[in-house]
Amino acid sequence: MIFEGNIHVVGDHCDTDVMIPGRYLSLVEPCEIAKHIFEEVDPGFVKRVQPGDILVAGKNFGSGSGREHAPFGLKGLGLSCIVAASFSRTFYRMAIDLGLPILTCEAAARAAKVGQRARIDTASGEIRIDRQVFRTQPMPPFIQEIIEQGGLTAWVKAEVARRRASA
Amino acid sequence: MGKTIAEKILQSHLLDDGAVVEPGNIVRAWVDVALLNDVNGPIAFRHFANMGGGPVARPDKVVLVCDHFAPAPNAPGARLIGDMRRFAQEKGIEHFFDVGKGGIEHTLAPEQGLIVAGDLVAGGDSHTGTAGAFGAFGTGMSWAGMAAIMMLDETWFKVPESMRFELRGKKAPFVTGKDVILRVLGEIGVDGALYRSMEFGGPGVAELNIDERMAICNMMVEAGAKTGMVEPDAETEAYAKAHAKRAYTLVRADADAQYASRHDIDLAAMRPMVAKPYSPENVVAVDAAKGVHVDQVYMGNCANGTLTDLRQIASVLAGRKVARGTRAIIVPATQQVYVQAMKEGLIEQFIAAGAAVTTPTCGACFGGHNGALDDGEVAVATVNRNFKGRAGHAGAQVYLANSYVAAAAAVAGEIVDPAVL
Ligand code: SF4
Repeated sequence: MIFEGNIHVVGDHCDTDVMIPGRYLSLVEPCEIAKHIFEEVDPGFVKRVQPGDILVAGKNFGSGSGREHAPFGLKGLGLSCIVAASFSRTFYRMAIDLGLPILTCEAAARAAKVGQRARIDTASGEIRIDRQVFRTQPMPPFIQEIIEQGGLTAWVKAEVARRRASA
Repeated sequence: MGKTIAEKILQSHLLDDGAVVEPGNIVRAWVDVALLNDVNGPIAFRHFANMGGGPVARPDKVVLVCDHFAPAPNAPGARLIGDMRRFAQEKGIEHFFDVGKGGIEHTLAPEQGLIVAGDLVAGGDSHTGTAGAFGAFGTGMSWAGMAAIMMLDETWFKVPESMRFELRGKKAPFVTGKDVILRVLGEIGVDGALYRSMEFGGPGVAELNIDERMAICNMMVEAGAKTGMVEPDAETEAYAKAHAKRAYTLVRADADAQYASRHDIDLAAMRPMVAKPYSPENVVAVDAAKGVHVDQVYMGNCANGTLTDLRQIASVLAGRKVARGTRAIIVPATQQVYVQAMKEGLIEQFIAAGAAVTTPTCGACFGGHNGALDDGEVAVATVNRNFKGRAGHAGAQVYLANSYVAAAAAVAGEIVDPAVL
């Protein structure tokens, strides 16, 4: 899959509490959660994001409490893809299972600046930021399959149907 | 080429025998246990319904434990526990632990013989890695992923790289498993083991009983680890023999296993440690925090509410009282631990010393109830996280420590080395 959009940047060790404060954990709709993303640290963030935009983060993105509301809200906001120097593994897993593509690339994460354009090819692992080109590990085919279906829910439904058909 | 413990456990759970278990590869596997609690369970049930619902593929593998909001502190908590009760009943899940029937999931599941050596365990909770103390591969999973396991009886794993920690030497008095992991966190930091498996082995392992190994494996996730385990030995086997309800396997690493890094720890050179607010990597020897006034001491949680911990606490509290101006709360991790502590006279001793003893619950560990902290208060706690706001008010401060250090702080009213109390 290929994504193109404007870049938004956040730093190292961005934790899930910063993404979505604990008091919103009773919300379940992605569009509702999305309204509160980065509310405490950057109240204007939600308004600046256009559908399709790309988030670039430092290391250990999504650390702290394992909280599905965080990737759910980022996706609900319309962000198409996240590139980070590294991800907390719970966040990594939750993002994929909710159908939010993410790539790890330290060089791209360090180079990206707010307002630049990015073009990301998840199948080849090529990340273009304005005119600079970076290469990283592509998402493994199995994970691309989950992402392309929009997340694990659709993937499971398809798998259940496949199993029924072959039974 | 040799294999690590994590690689071997994944290898034995592959759906496709041809898959290659090498770090970075994605493999599809089945799990032995799907562990859910009253926070992640109700959301996983919602995903489950969205995925099509119906019967759970393997209800015998699902373990549902009410611990975070048990007993319910308010109406929303009661609703979550109600969701658990209804799902268990509707789907015929036998391993359902309601209020008064179990305890905290990570201590309870192995004690009940539901997690055994060699298992692959997925849980909605981030501390599922505690299973490593029993020789199992435990890992926290997305909540959608937990629902998928209940639908399909399978999931996917990215094979982690592994780190090796060699323990040697005899530990000094008042040094415990908790100090081993705090020391490691101080050394490698909160992202020092990102995505990796942390494997502890070497002759020093014999110095630590199963309860102390739980404290080590419990906090591996604080270094970002995916999983980790203490290499099984005679102690692991004795535990498995006494508890396991299924066949178990003792999985050890090959001598030529490939590790991303190797670390040596001399237990004899260690001192009791504390992690200062607001990060578990903010670790110093207890003496460096000496004299800090303490409002509350909390002794309990999924890895430090064991019988070993309660005995350690009792050895410090014997013939002493909790200081004026300081309060102590002691929470046995399971009903079984509670009963045994009663038989040994520990509970009576705690109450005589002026401590509150409560029913097993997560409660104050995550600032939910049963001892949350106010603005400006300082606590010593045997828990695993001291993030800002986790234990109650964002202006509260928590020092993480072992049970000896915690009990000594309760008696002195300030942080003190238990050796010089
Ligand atoms: S005791 Fe604390 S760390 Fe353990 S499961 Fe409960 S809330 Fe989580």
